[in-house]
Amino acid sequence: MPGRVITVTSGKGGVGKTTLTANLAVALALLGRRITAIDTDIGLRNLDLVMGMENRIIYDIVDVAEGRCHLMQALIRDRHLSGLQLLPASQTHDKSSIGPEEVAAICEELRGENDFVLVDSPAGIEVGFYNAVAGADEVIIVTTPELSAVRSADRVIGLAESMGKGPGRLIINRIKPGMVRRGDMLDTFDVIESLAIELLGVVPDDEAVIVAANRGVPLANEQSTQASRAFHNIARRLTGEEVPFMPIFEARGSLLTRLRRAIAG
Amino acid sequence: MAQASESAVTIRGTRRGLSITIGAGEWQELLSELDARLAQGTAFFSGSRVNLQAGRREINTEQLRQLIDLLRKHKVELASLLTSSRPTAEAAQALQVRLALAETPGPQPVLRPVDQDASDGILVHRTVRSGQSLRHVGHVVVIGDVNPGAEVIAGGDIIVWGRARGMLHAGAMGDEGAVVCALELTPAQLRIGPHIAVSPEGQRPRPRVPPPRGQAQPETASVAEGQIVVVPWGNR
Repeated sequence: MPGRVITVTSGKGGVGKTTLTANLAVALALLGRRITAIDTDIGLRNLDLVMGMENRIIYDIVDVAEGRCHLMQALIRDRHLSGLQLLPASQTHDKSSIGPEEVAAICEELRGENDFVLVDSPAGIEVGFYNAVAGADEVIIVTTPELSAVRSADRVIGLAESMGKGPGRLIINRIKPGMVRRGDMLDTFDVIESLAIELLGVVPDDEAVIVAANRGVPLANEQSTQASRAFHNIARRLTGEEVPFMPIFEARGSLLTRLRRAIAG
Repeated sequence: MAQASESAVTIRGTRRGLSITIGAGEWQELLSELDARLAQGTAFFSGSRVNLQAGRREINTEQLRQLIDLLRKHKVELASLLTSSRPTAEAAQALQVRLALAETPGPQPVLRPVDQDASDGILVHRTVRSGQSLRHVGHVVVIGDVNPGAEVIAGGDIIVWGRARGMLHAGAMGDEGAVVCALELTPAQLRIGPHIAVSPEGQRPRPRVPPPRGQAQPETASVAEGQIVVVPWGNR
């Protein structure tokens, strides 16, 4: 069965797209899936950094698009996880050095060899966004519990819809458990609810995520923390498994009632 | 199909630029005919903007996408789409194609009484999101929210079964009798005909964060004595 191409996007920068992509890639590989992550943030690449592959880059996505190498030559295999590889972005070019058709063709080629192709998109809604979404079967919208990020997410959901990529599914990143307990996040949850799309996962804010990313070993490699468990739950949901939300967010009903109950209880 | 080929696709010049009228017939045949017609006059059409008149014909998103691609191939931009079919209008919105307001006598919309067009409404059953613009010559009914950063512009009335929080303009062609109602009427800006209302900061504070769904009071906005007035639904 050909794999699914999923683009991780947000509109706003700094919400954790790249870190999330790296962790989901690792979690899917740990589930035994074949997965290729693609960095389309040309000129500002960093998925390779987070995945600890920076100094093994020989060719990149622009080299592939311009025919300087074969796709297989540009892929970097993870040292530990056999099913995981990365197609890095170029650091020396810019977004205009590749087009949507070329990215879509690369996704199409990778689909045959993988269960999942995860595309990390750049911030913004310009050409880089269209490149990243061009080959996608589905989009994952990442937001944080901030008004500005939620507004951007709404815009991006609309763009994805207009491109025929569906409304997508939502990941709320960097939820602060302390704020949830005190009830300070209720307002944000109301706003997030207005996005009216399916919730794919909620990732608690955790310094360990950053520490691990800085070491180039995504946190999902170990399952000890809440954030890591959240990554694994999302990965399992991507494979079609029904996974209940973590205790603090668990309950039936809409996102809002779920979160409300979590806060009340 | 043995239809006369001239009747299926008509290209003509109008005051507002080139206009292509699509008739009945099989879609792929229409496309190939249009392709041939555009190829004949490449130098003439290249770089132009056309208004597409689709009449009552139902065009789905995929078909519309094919048409846009075909036009693009000939370096022609689809400026707007005029349709009286709801599915076609929805396909156009999905692809962010501007829906044409009916031909007006001049470039400026003029004040005029409710015309026959305005009795025609469209129903939009989805969330209208930031950056999206919903325009229709008649009434617009949205089942869903109009989010901040979105706009709805209607020649007639606007009804939002949900939260109206973007920019709303009813009676956009000058009809001061148009009304706007919503389950939760907290738009960034509200316009009816030539009037614009931004709710006074102190008097009616606009919550940046909406009240929980179901707790807001439905309201109706209309023009009275030259001002936009908002009345709770129950007090009518």
